[in-house]
Amino acid sequence: MSIPTDHDSHAAATLGRDDRPVYDRGETVCVIGAGASGLVAVKNLREHGFAVDCYERETGIGGAWNWRHDRSPVYASAHLISSKPFTQFPDFPMPDSWPDYPHHSQVLSYLDSYADHFDLRPHVWFGTEVVRVEPADGERWDVTTRSTGGYGAERVQRYAAVVVANGHNWAPKTPMYEGLDEFTGQVLHASAYKDPAQLRGKRVLVVGGGNTGCDIAVEAAQQAARCWHSTRRGYWYAPKYLFGRPTDQVNDAMLALRLPLRLRQWLYQRTLRMTVGDVTRLGLPRPDHRVFETHPIANSQLVYYVGHGGITPVRDIVRFRRHSVEFVGGEQIEPDVVVFATGYLPRFEFLDPKLLGADGDGRPELYLNAFPRRQPTLAVAGLLQSDSGLFPLVHWQTVAIARWLRLRRDAPERSGSFQARVEADAGRRWHAADVEDSTRHWFEVAHVDYLRALQKALDELGVVA
Amino acid sequence: MTARDRVRIMRIRDWARPVPPARREVLHATPETDEGKPPVLFVPGFGHGAWAFAEHWLEHAAARGFAAYAVSLRGHGGSAAAPKATLRAYAHDVVQVAAGLPRQAVLVGHGAGALVVTRALARYPARAAVLLAPVLGDLGTVVTALRRNPVGTLPALVGGRLRLTRRQLFSRELPEPVARAYQARLGRAAARAQWQVLAHRAPEPPVGDPPVLVVGSPDDRVVPARALDRAAARYGHAPLLFPGMGHDLMLDARWREPIDAILDWLDKGASF
Ligand SMILES: Cc1cc2nc3c(=O)[nH]c(=O)nc-3n(C[C@H](O)[C@H](O)[C@H](O)COP(=O)(O)OP(=O)(O)OC[C@H]3O[C@@H](n4cnc5c(N)ncnc54)[C@H](O)[C@@H]3O)c2cc1C
Ligand SMILES: NC(=O)c1ccc[n+]([C@@H]2O[C@H](COP(=O)([O-])OP(=O)(O)OC[C@H]3O[C@@H](n4cnc5c(N)ncnc54)[C@H](OP(=O)(O)O)[C@@H]3O)[C@@H](O)[C@H]2O)c1
Repeated sequence: MSIPTDHDSHAAATLGRDDRPVYDRGETVCVIGAGASGLVAVKNLREHGFAVDCYERETGIGGAWNWRHDRSPVYASAHLISSKPFTQFPDFPMPDSWPDYPHHSQVLSYLDSYADHFDLRPHVWFGTEVVRVEPADGERWDVTTRSTGGYGAERVQRYAAVVVANGHNWAPKTPMYEGLDEFTGQVLHASAYKDPAQLRGKRVLVVGGGNTGCDIAVEAAQQAARCWHSTRRGYWYAPKYLFGRPTDQVNDAMLALRLPLRLRQWLYQRTLRMTVGDVTRLGLPRPDHRVFETHPIANSQLVYYVGHGGITPVRDIVRFRRHSVEFVGGEQIEPDVVVFATGYLPRFEFLDPKLLGADGDGRPELYLNAFPRRQPTLAVAGLLQSDSGLFPLVHWQTVAIARWLRLRRDAPERSGSFQARVEADAGRRWHAADVEDSTRHWFEVAHVDYLRALQKALDELGVVA
Repeated sequence: MTARDRVRIMRIRDWARPVPPARREVLHATPETDEGKPPVLFVPGFGHGAWAFAEHWLEHAAARGFAAYAVSLRGHGGSAAAPKATLRAYAHDVVQVAAGLPRQAVLVGHGAGALVVTRALARYPARAAVLLAPVLGDLGTVVTALRRNPVGTLPALVGGRLRLTRRQLFSRELPEPVARAYQARLGRAAARAQWQVLAHRAPEPPVGDPPVLVVGSPDDRVVPARALDRAAARYGHAPLLFPGMGHDLMLDARWREPIDAILDWLDKGASF
């Protein structure tokens, strides 16, 4: 199964687009990004017989998990929140010798061995940024690339299909507040937080109760002079271990019983009440929703440090003043540093959002978070936020993408029913629970609901030999 | 698409109850220069350890440019004891070692180790696979074993130890003392795993569509020729046969022939 993907074999420019030469890459598929999602896309497309050109703006693989990358959201202490069985690719396990929740540097080394093991690097053009992706004749795509940072000339190449795997945890979402510009303290988004030295000895306000906010609040409790943690609602703080086992494993043992959602919620809430206890006693707000209705928090230490006085819970911010911050209820504090751990927004700066069926807010409308309604040769990989790890989901998602492209190539007459399903189900949510309306939940899926739907799609797409 | 080809992606058991780790023995021989050939991982059958491949095949494969490895399944050879092991745990051991190799590996399973390999193939996209005198659990193999060696086979059916005779394992060409020494090194598989050879669900389909070769001997007194044909037919071709050899092709007197044939097949690049 040798496929000519040799970079030197790029065909001469025979086509043109607005006077620019366009190099025809034939049946080759273009993958944008060599983070976890891009790598697994390259591997699975190759396994299905496709030639692949992958573009990566950084000089190495790993995306978010490569903390040297300027857009990496990872900080020195970050450990996984999903335990190994939920985190690893289903056909390439993490080593037995690793802990339940590996450190971020281990995740990078895992992705490194994945790339080496499956010999993926020869298919990646590093230091090359995709600046435009435009539709061309025959449901093909013109992809414009250039050296990262804008040096050198642009180059346009035409591909049979494009898989976008540019990640969605790098463009900071920072809320606006009255008086924020006057505030004299330091303000940073969590994406710029790397090392606890940034907090040492300071009075720190952490905003946001996602996993990032909780992790940074815990670090501030250990390192800073003071730490306040502002959340605009109460959450369910799940520990990393329940009954001596990783919490997600315990949760899945319960899922295996196929109990109705309400019963699972009740059982899980009781379990948390019995193990973590009533957090309102410590001054944390009462959850305003049932468990599973917000993206799960996995953090054993937050509640502990609240109990030790290292973290002071505060409510939602009302406004900033020159030296202080005011919260709902009137409380005021004077922090030196404010860390906005308020999450990220998706960004596809190289693509007309309409091609992904995006609404006015910029939220794409895709089937299985991957297939746009009207662009059969365009797909997105990894635009998922799961209640468990991402890699297994994006693995099967890219297998589905590869099978879909193969079906279109080999048996186009049979591609109608899947296309109809894409059109009917684009934008559908794969989460039994009624998740809170917040941009952070745009791509939230429950792994079992999502994988069951994906199983159906794979069965349908697997028909072709 | 038949149910057999259907990849199953809901694996709650694997997620909620991952196989506990166990210390593993891996023996290896590496070629002097890296010619870019895929690494080969040998998986011994029940009762055998990695030593069975270290005897001849590892060095021979390395001499022909293949990095060669052999793993002892838990409870075998130099790996940690595991009296409660299941096929799932054995397959886990194989996939762990395969994924730890620098490049995509070829899996070669012998005897019931071939059954373990068929399971591992559903969890790891091997470059290629070789099923060597495979014991895949069909009734024919059991009936043959019972007929040829009732005293050694019967206890295994009730959770006891399977004792294969020298005549089942080796040809008469192998000198008696050598055969006796090998036989003395045989251990046993876990009772549950033995049971599972007889009563197991059909393996899930291989991932990554690897080419699969079946190799055996028509004179194997453990695996009847019909079983070889059936196994090969499942993967769409005929078995490669070495008449006159016993079940333990890697230890028997003419051990060179099958390994050369396997390496030739890999060199010809059925897949690469
Ligand atoms: C702090 C933190 C902790 C997390 N913990 C977990 C966890 O425990 N478990 C889990 O499963 N997930 C976790 N995640 C989610 C994490 O985002 C995913 O695991 C994974 O890294 C996503 O991979 P990706 O390839 O989709 O995106 P990324 O890793 O962001 O990779 C995208 C790649 O595309 C490249 N790129 C982008 N635009 C272009 C362009 N125009 N041209 C060329 N290249 C481009 C980027 O340089 C990057 O390398 C965590 C996320 C964060 C922020
Ligand atoms: N250790 C780890 O492995 C780890 C660590 C960090 C992150 N992650 C993962 O990375 C992803 C991103 O996590 P994240 O924590 O950075 O972001 P996130 O999950 O989007 O959380 C953002 C938090 O900020 C709050 N927020 C957003 N906008 C706000 C506003 N305008 N005013 C006040 N509060 C606001 C949100 O509140 P609402 O709930 O009200 O919207 C939420 O509490 C997640 O998938 C997460 O699991 C993993």
